[in-house]
Amino acid sequence: MNPNQLVIGRGTADAHPMEDFLRMDRMPHIWCSTCGLGTCLTAFIAAARESAIPREDIVVVSGIGCTGRAAGYLKYDSFHTTHGRAIPFATGLKIANPRLKVCIISGDGDLVSIGGNHLIHAARRNMDLTVICVNNFNYAMTGGQAGPTTPQTAQATTTPYGAFERPFNIPFLVDSCGATYVARWTALHVRQLTISIKEALLHRGFSFIEVISPCPTVYGRRNRLGSGLDLMKFYHDHSITKNFASTRECDIRYQQDIIVGKFVQKEEPTYLDSMNEQMKKALGAKFVPYIGPMDPAKDV
Amino acid sequence: MKYWRKPLDADRRKAPHGNVHVIFERCKGCGFCIAYCPRQVLEVSTEYNRKGYHPPVVAHPEKCVNCRLCEALCPEFAIWNTLDEQDAQSEPGTINENR
Amino acid sequence: MNEKKRGPVLTGAHYLDGDHACAEGAIAAGCRFMAGYPITPSTEVAERLAERFPKIGGTFIQMEDELGSIAAVLGAAWAGARAMTVTSGPGFSLMMENIGLGVMTETPCVVVNVQRGGPSTGLPTLTGQQDMMQARWGSHGDYEIIALSPSSPQECFDLTIACFNLSEKYRVPVMFMMDECVGHMTEKVVVPPADKIDAWPRRWYRGPRDKYLPYEPDKDGVPPMIRAGDDHRVHISGLTHDQRGYPIINAECQQLCVSRLADKIRDNADDLMMIREEQLRGADVVVVAYGISSRVATKAIADARKKGIKVGFLRLITVWPFPEKKIRDLAGKVGCLVMPEINLGQMYREMERAAAGRCRTMLVPHCGGWVHNPDDILKAIIEGSK
Repeated sequence: MNPNQLVIGRGTADAHPMEDFLRMDRMPHIWCSTCGLGTCLTAFIAAARESAIPREDIVVVSGIGCTGRAAGYLKYDSFHTTHGRAIPFATGLKIANPRLKVCIISGDGDLVSIGGNHLIHAARRNMDLTVICVNNFNYAMTGGQAGPTTPQTAQATTTPYGAFERPFNIPFLVDSCGATYVARWTALHVRQLTISIKEALLHRGFSFIEVISPCPTVYGRRNRLGSGLDLMKFYHDHSITKNFASTRECDIRYQQDIIVGKFVQKEEPTYLDSMNEQMKKALGAKFVPYIGPMDPAKDV
Repeated sequence: MKYWRKPLDADRRKAPHGNVHVIFERCKGCGFCIAYCPRQVLEVSTEYNRKGYHPPVVAHPEKCVNCRLCEALCPEFAIWNTLDEQDAQSEPGTINENR
Repeated sequence: MNEKKRGPVLTGAHYLDGDHACAEGAIAAGCRFMAGYPITPSTEVAERLAERFPKIGGTFIQMEDELGSIAAVLGAAWAGARAMTVTSGPGFSLMMENIGLGVMTETPCVVVNVQRGGPSTGLPTLTGQQDMMQARWGSHGDYEIIALSPSSPQECFDLTIACFNLSEKYRVPVMFMMDECVGHMTEKVVVPPADKIDAWPRRWYRGPRDKYLPYEPDKDGVPPMIRAGDDHRVHISGLTHDQRGYPIINAECQQLCVSRLADKIRDNADDLMMIREEQLRGADVVVVAYGISSRVATKAIADARKKGIKVGFLRLITVWPFPEKKIRDLAGKVGCLVMPEINLGQMYREMERAAAGRCRTMLVPHCGGWVHNPDDILKAIIEGSK
């Protein structure tokens, strides 16, 4: 698709085109100046509109942290859950109402550290969810502690002598667990990110997008990397687009080149496909497919 | 930013013209829009807004081609483009044989 | 006859253990979503639902852990399903995090805890009643909870339905505090016809879509609910929130939010109180018990009555909120309240607090692994009657 053909809705002279899709009564958001999270929201809204999925079908679930606040600003049915539990909460939503397009927007610490077990199992099940993992290399909400993605030698408040643990290569992690759509972009790659989110929303199965996003206030400041704009410039100069690169090669090292692109896109039976198929096989005519959630009109 | 080549039909294509809208008080002064505008339409204002940031000012409105990159990059939903009304009648990017 | 023709409810008399009866009660109550993780002695509930659900249009998922199980249950409830999870002590500990989220977001669901001996891995296959205070206080922060405790497989069936009804009426996770003995005890369970089962509806919001405020309560302090996917564009957060559901981080909003969560249970305590009374009038001693301990107590009470002691019996079915008024009232009339429980004194302390020194109180403790010897309870009754 030609990025220039994206129709992300048009504003008027008086109103920003995203205003209908944001809880404007909660603006300004809590994110710092030059943080990339607002940009990610714009990409999400643009992609959701582009996908032509009915707005009421889209449900956003977040965990805890800076990115965890994303659900609270998006004017969709949105849930701000506990730390790490966005994916299982979303799993419940999806299974209980398979019509829903459930989208998780959360941070690297939330999804990969405290929620790591849920992440790998949702990928293994090919659960029909879209996960947008905003990676800022640290726990920013709590003041810049090291996390599962902090590159070795980087400074964080809990690694005052430099991080030494090996970080996760998240695309490789979810790919190896069975994710059927995997991409990575930075907050600067707004067009590609929008297209990826749209593809992920329309993808059947577990789709995962890592977004490298500037954290100027803690990660950037503690490592003397400059402002968010400087970090964006770094992404500009050091991102290498390699579509369908082996995720094994997508390690991120401190202030070195970042491989971005769409790495995995394949069709495989989702959790619900597999379940229904197996039940039909085993139970034959006795199988009664899930009846769906309660209907408020009938539940009286 | 510069084109790596000049499109063959560049002289026959009519570039659309956009209007840039900035909500001065909503901006947090990240500078993304100014740095990444491919046509250098924007500059840093000398004024502060209420939050203490320098929002962008539209220094060269005539240069805007309505690419909407500023709109896509802005983390604060504070800047956006609309297609110039005169252009709105014709599809942007259509070939202008009269030029 | 298969389930398709008969319908989901197993009407008739059955020989079931408490775990299976609980599963059937959930089906009868309209539960069609269950997320769980294997743990003794509760696994049979999950196994039965995994077997039954695909034949009646329900769905079961075995999650990666109990943290995920309860989170999936909350998600399913917001999607509009009647949902539950089942666990035992160690899993109950893991669920505490999202039980708090369920309380804060006022999510109707049922958490079944088939209690075993603890702490830690403790006695996986043997009984205990040691999670009673955890049910009440286990998640951090201030809140009120509803918990019921059954003493027979029949009650496992009946009270599971009651748990769902209360969770829907008060929009709160309801704890169903079974124990290993009740869960693995097999008895006759009578399942009524489907049309005789009283399953209460969810408190659906029926006003105009754009006027909905997720936390604007009705007169009884409980707000009506919507389901995700119906275009209400709600925001539901575990943060302290206002009526719109928007996070507001200050003391004033905390006061409004948290006090209502407590008051909706406290103010309606009489409505949801289920207790069974037996020969309380003129009693010198009253045995107060719940769950399997209440079954054991009946033997001791009968023996004491043979000895001519005037013993009353108060069986708690609703354990949380605690029947304070009833205990306070009794304490002014009797000489001694005796509570046997399979722990070192949990509900006993609550009873002692409610009695407020107006009569003697006696605990008959047991560390778990087996039920009381009725003679130990009898000794306490005799001691209390002096």
